[in-house]
Amino acid sequence: MSLRPLLLSNARLIDPAIGREGPGAVLVREGRIADIAWGSVPAAPDGAEIIDCAGHILAPGLIDMRAFVGEPGAEHRETLASASAAAAAGGVTTLVCMPDTNPVIDGPAIVDFVLRRARDTASVNVLPAAAITKGLAGAEMTEFGLLREAGAVAFTDGLKAVTNAQVMRRALTYARDFGVLLMQHAEEPDLVGDGVMNEGEMASRLGLHGIPREAETVMLERDIRLVRLTGGRYHAAMISCADSVEIVRRAKADGLPVTCGVSVNNLVLNEGDIGHYRTFCRLSPPLRHETDRLAVVAALAEGLIDVVVSDHNPQDVETKRLPFAEAADGALGIETLLGAALRLVHTGDIALPQLLRALTTRPAEILGREAGRLAVGAPADLIVIDPDVPYLLDKRHLKSRSKNSPFDEARLQGAAVLTLVGGKVVHQGHDLSEAA
Amino acid sequence: MSAPVTPSFPHRHLLGIEGLTRPEIEGLLDRADAAVDISRQVEKKRNVLRGRTQINLFFEPSTRTQSSFELAGKRLGADVMNMSVASSSVKKGETLIDTAATLNAMRPDIIVVRHHAAGAVHLLARKVDCAVVNAGDGAHEHPTQALLDALTIRRNKGGIEGLQVAICGDVLHSRVARSNIILLQALGARVRVIGPSTLLPTGIERFGVEVFTNMREGLAGCDIVMMLRLQRERMNGSFVPSVKEYFRYFGLDGDKLRLAKPDALVMHPGPMNRGVEIASDIADGTQSLIREQVEMGVAVRMAVLEALATHLPNA
Repeated sequence: MSLRPLLLSNARLIDPAIGREGPGAVLVREGRIADIAWGSVPAAPDGAEIIDCAGHILAPGLIDMRAFVGEPGAEHRETLASASAAAAAGGVTTLVCMPDTNPVIDGPAIVDFVLRRARDTASVNVLPAAAITKGLAGAEMTEFGLLREAGAVAFTDGLKAVTNAQVMRRALTYARDFGVLLMQHAEEPDLVGDGVMNEGEMASRLGLHGIPREAETVMLERDIRLVRLTGGRYHAAMISCADSVEIVRRAKADGLPVTCGVSVNNLVLNEGDIGHYRTFCRLSPPLRHETDRLAVVAALAEGLIDVVVSDHNPQDVETKRLPFAEAADGALGIETLLGAALRLVHTGDIALPQLLRALTTRPAEILGREAGRLAVGAPADLIVIDPDVPYLLDKRHLKSRSKNSPFDEARLQGAAVLTLVGGKVVHQGHDLSEAA
Repeated sequence: MSAPVTPSFPHRHLLGIEGLTRPEIEGLLDRADAAVDISRQVEKKRNVLRGRTQINLFFEPSTRTQSSFELAGKRLGADVMNMSVASSSVKKGETLIDTAATLNAMRPDIIVVRHHAAGAVHLLARKVDCAVVNAGDGAHEHPTQALLDALTIRRNKGGIEGLQVAICGDVLHSRVARSNIILLQALGARVRVIGPSTLLPTGIERFGVEVFTNMREGLAGCDIVMMLRLQRERMNGSFVPSVKEYFRYFGLDGDKLRLAKPDALVMHPGPMNRGVEIASDIADGTQSLIREQVEMGVAVRMAVLEALATHLPNA
């Protein structure tokens, strides 16, 4: 970390935590925000390094609450180093890595391993989420207390839902005692069955088995009843349909400790993007009908949906170069999170500060971190965004080890041109693609 | 084949009925009519595909379709090679794309593909240089089956426009049903689907078909009763409670058939489960076209191969 003070000047500041936006500058010292000058142009302290933000947006760095990293166990797909390089390039300064590794993150020693590997190899903050159940098997609870002490920031069975209602009940009850957060992949596997895309006319035309929305809503309804029973903190990792929005709305109106996220994919893509069996668009939850997409976009704009996640899930070529029905779920996302989400700003569906709130402030609040705001004393995890730079996404320029992006060859507009973690520049320039 | 006056076929592959125009479909049926005549002669060989290599690549076993394509290719003079991939290569870790690349290197002119996954044939077609014919991909399409069904109907009814066609049974898993719905509607037929709701795809009513879950109501006034095969694994509890119950409510027997028009004709893509979806006496009865469908299958496949041959390099 540079000991020289750093002045980020000539910026358009956005603090999504307080909803303030305007010209200004930020002074960074010792990895933290030392001063914020709204409107005025402060003199740089002696010896300070000055970065001219050229009028671009300066905001807190993105916090991605759902990223799958292949380390340990599947380093050919992604490592903590490559995931964090992708994150930095995408303006993500903190990522929560899922426990679906080999071995599973279900014991304090593995949490410790991930934290040490991240410290040694990653350029952004890596926060491990630990499993709710041992081995992600859905049967026995993990050591919530010891895992939290070791550094786990939340608990989730990652790609799997905790299907056993008794196990979920006990986990929520025990979690309440420790104040920890449970993040559920709300999807009833028996209703998913052989399904590979959203159930409906399009799946029927393509001859593919569908996944009904009820696979999500049934699990979500059940979980919320268990939250009502137990009082545990519950976060639906990704909701994808209109009915789920209403379920969350009722839960929040009742004052339950419930929050939810949405994948950027479900915000800007729909089932039509599958086209002629594009496996890069095979995702879980699946891309839904346009009416569902509009419903989740509206819920995000309304503030009902708390966070937007990348659902970064790198797959190697061999699991995607297959017929659609046989391919694996999942796609890259961390590097394109911002560019994809900005589509909603360009279409006028959501204001930028509000979008940033779901990408920075709310995740920080839910995870209990001090980042996600422009406040004196907060960590200098910052990004400079050029919201207008247009480009065609070229997968060859992605930092991830895998290349399966649903936005491959898509036109995007807006990117992080500078990323700082703890006051240190970890990404500079926009090299995702060539200019369109 | 004698040179029928048919519109040119502008497609390089035949991946589905979707995307074909009515004149293109009718042109294929006209070609197939001519191919029926050839198949009924003593001298059945033609030279349209002489020197050409046709590979029948079957990832799912299907004696009937495979031999039909084999005969069709041979009658047009092609060298035909059958490859039954089943699960062996897959077990060795070879992907569909690897297989495609390997075959492509052998420089075939036409590949006929059957695969258990919907869309697999589209994927393969993007990876090879030759013409590709879809011989059935998952629950997606089976275009030559639909064409042979249409040819059979046209020859027996004189046309397809205005006919009431009932497609009965496991529509959910049926590529035959999907291709037939698209094709028969393109030729002006009115299509109904009949089956238990567990075997009907979501949103099927948006395909422009009438939907019935009661066989007796659905068959009333039909010109054509097209039965679908029920796979064994769907018979006990998962989609329908039992074979016995299925036959009682959705199997075609004489009582139910009498509800259709008196001159209604019965079809089945085969192989049949006698006593499950169709009673034996109906399958072998005077209203049945099931045998004729097999004959038309060879003719339609000859027509398709011939149509695609016009786009082969140096053709």
